Amino acid sequence: MRKLLFLIFIILLMPATLYAEVKEYNLANGLKVLIIEDHKSPIATFQIWYRVGSRNEPAGKTGLSHLLEHMMFKGTPKYGSKAFSKIVQKNGGTDNAFTTVDYTMYFQTLASDRIGISIDLEADRMQNLTLDPKEVIAERSVVMEERRMRTEDDPQNLLHEEVMAVAFISHPYHWPVIGWMADIASIERNDLYNHYRAYYSPDNALIVVAGDVKEDDIIKKIKALFGGIPAVNERKPVTSKEEEQKGERRVSLKKEAELPYITASYHTPCFPHEDSYALDVLGTVLSGGKSSRLYKSIVYEKKLALYAYGDYSALHKDPMLFTFGAAAAPGKNIKDVENALYDEIEKIKKELPTEREVQKAKNQIESSFIMGQDSIFFQAMQAGMFEMVGSWKMKDEYLEGIRKVKSEDVSRVAKKYLNDENRTVGILIPTKTVRSEK
Amino acid sequence: MKSVKLMKHKIIFFLLTLFTVHYSLTTDVYALDANKKLLSNGLTVLHSEKHNIPIVMVTMIIKASQLDEHKEKAGLANLVAELLDEGTKNRKSQEISEEVEFIGASLGASASDDYTTVTLSVLKKDVEKGFELFSDIILNPVFPQEEIDRKKELIKGSLKQREEEPSFLADRAFRKEIFGEHPYGRLREGSIETLTALNREDLIKFHSKYFVPNNAIISVVGDLTANELNSLIKKYLGEWKIAALPEKQINPMPAEKIKKVIKIEKDVTQATISLGHLGISRDNPDFYAVSVMNYILGGGGFSSRLVQKIRDDMGLAYGVHSFFSPGKDKGAFEAGVQTKNESANKVISEILKQIEIIREEKVSDQELADAKAYLTGSFPRRLETNRKIADFLATVEFYNLGLDYADKYPSYINTVTKEDVLKVAQKYLDPENYALVVVANQKKAELKY
Repeated sequence: MRKLLFLIFIILLMPATLYAEVKEYNLANGLKVLIIEDHKSPIATFQIWYRVGSRNEPAGKTGLSHLLEHMMFKGTPKYGSKAFSKIVQKNGGTDNAFTTVDYTMYFQTLASDRIGISIDLEADRMQNLTLDPKEVIAERSVVMEERRMRTEDDPQNLLHEEVMAVAFISHPYHWPVIGWMADIASIERNDLYNHYRAYYSPDNALIVVAGDVKEDDIIKKIKALFGGIPAVNERKPVTSKEEEQKGERRVSLKKEAELPYITASYHTPCFPHEDSYALDVLGTVLSGGKSSRLYKSIVYEKKLALYAYGDYSALHKDPMLFTFGAAAAPGKNIKDVENALYDEIEKIKKELPTEREVQKAKNQIESSFIMGQDSIFFQAMQAGMFEMVGSWKMKDEYLEGIRKVKSEDVSRVAKKYLNDENRTVGILIPTKTVRSEK
Repeated sequence: MKSVKLMKHKIIFFLLTLFTVHYSLTTDVYALDANKKLLSNGLTVLHSEKHNIPIVMVTMIIKASQLDEHKEKAGLANLVAELLDEGTKNRKSQEISEEVEFIGASLGASASDDYTTVTLSVLKKDVEKGFELFSDIILNPVFPQEEIDRKKELIKGSLKQREEEPSFLADRAFRKEIFGEHPYGRLREGSIETLTALNREDLIKFHSKYFVPNNAIISVVGDLTANELNSLIKKYLGEWKIAALPEKQINPMPAEKIKKVIKIEKDVTQATISLGHLGISRDNPDFYAVSVMNYILGGGGFSSRLVQKIRDDMGLAYGVHSFFSPGKDKGAFEAGVQTKNESANKVISEILKQIEIIREEKVSDQELADAKAYLTGSFPRRLETNRKIADFLATVEFYNLGLDYADKYPSYINTVTKEDVLKVAQKYLDPENYALVVVANQKKAELKY
């Protein structure tokens, strides 16, 4: 997953010249539509983005946005229970959705002559979701199973959840997207309905269509089916802010696991902050492949860890974290792994990275953008992710910003943000139980 | 940040990944315009020109895998693949990654059940450098002792770490049980013992025996003309010499049916369950009827019976699926699910019930039509990117499906009848004789099985 996210992020940074053109439409009810024509393959992807994620949830009802995402597949009076995915699949398509801290996105990828199905289904479930109380109860248990699988029984994920909860005190990034177990169990039909009414409206949504489509046809269909849906215009903005951290915070987790694991996270600004470009290059110099510093030093030379990484995530509504992590090699002390990570961080603060290192990082970022254009899904995803934090047009600024980064900038942002007062550390301490096979 | 994004339909994810072989072959070659050539040194070359983006994707399949290992050398094919880019006659390990990453390319090798793959993704402007590095790691690896030692420790460490994952424990026990002494029954990485025993001589021998052009397929897709490709191949793979191939080993599958329950204790909130038995090989003519049948049973995500019952109606699982993994030899049939410890019995019993039903009653017309519509209708999506096309062409060639495979695929699927589905369900599913692996807090699970 980490690798996938890295890829997604990198793909966002494509130079404008290599892009298929993006056409923007704004409907009277506030719905924004982006259309990207790309005729290389006879398929199209339809994505609808709602500006709602776990940051918009009230305390005590965490996981509300994600459970609502599940319920969006449960049908409307017109299409009935659970019909949505079946209709897409019998048309040879695939559909899915995901919820993040900042937004919720639904997509279908289909043969391009069938993309009208998406428009029809999405317009219907934006207005007419059934939210049957019985199905709410069943789906709550499904999400609780999902939480057991992803978090409770995965020691590293559980640790990451705790680190987020400690790094963020007053901002809603404090709680996990999937929600705390007791909160999920407490979500009622009415909580979901109110959340749905408040956030699932055209003025809080974005549609991105990419692929083998004709712009005129698509916008006509979208206007016909979405144009009449009224705007809501009554959402409270999230006003919470995270105060500056004034000292290292540490958490430990004792759990059945095989190897100790460490993660260290630093508060960092997000795009379009002027430092975000240099932070991205810093992340790549430290962690962009087997020739990068963390792998070379901690895994290859010192043989302290099985893997080591640093991941800066720039595209968020509010400032997020630059996260490092490493799993100790068998027999190695996790304290030594932690110190080795800090040694690399201190080194890049004191000595400028070489021009070749910085150039290599820029080449990697640029090349990933170009490779990402191979996929219409990622083209649409990229436009959507930039739009969620401001405007899709800002994607053009990104690569220009990356190209301007100098060695001095890389060391400067390392000095500015990667400090121990600004750090939250999590350590997984394995406990062993005796395993018996029968 | 693993925790930030939550994909909802894990099942769909399974559809896309676990069925690699199946789905990569269910795609129609939609306007692919692929060419095939056999060079005088025995190398098979597949090429498709795509000039929409300035990138070139290369996939090479070497017909060598764990099927070619002796039992006491388990992990050899994987270790060879892992070490290809860790030192050649011309470059040290760190020089290879430095050169590859400086041009923003990626180059890597991995062993799978049936073959070894080497892939290169490179920008058109750097294709010359890319081919040079690609050819260097295939033709000239030297397997430095220091790198062998380092890699072995990393593999051992990751084997240890994976013991944390209930699905790893379940899968390892399941494979061992149903495949017995057959290589599919072992971990690709080998065991700590066999890995420790592998030496440099083994690696050199395996490489020189199997990494020969008449045992390889190269597939190139992207911004490259036939002339450009020919001169690259001549320059970088021209010296690659044809050689006699060793005879393929025969690996017998267990003949007897088994009924076995394996309980693995772990302090977890969810039971991870694998249930199944031997399946079919890729060249089995029933492959297409089996594809339709399994789509209806548990391969079709939200359209499948297992998801509708166990997830939608009962709310007992987030992910539940079934799949066949047909290979050169017989693969597995497996149904898999995670559910809270306390629900394990209920879920196992429902899976067995669904297997019985599909063996007893014909599927409905609607189910059959929907399955066919999905399997045939999803083909353009499977070939969306140049990377997917490159992998597809190489795989189709490896399994001898023929250049017209993609044209024929829809008719293979569309001629499947309800009777065929019933017949293959009866023939290839067995609700009595199966291996059942349950990784759970056994006290809470209280298995009846």
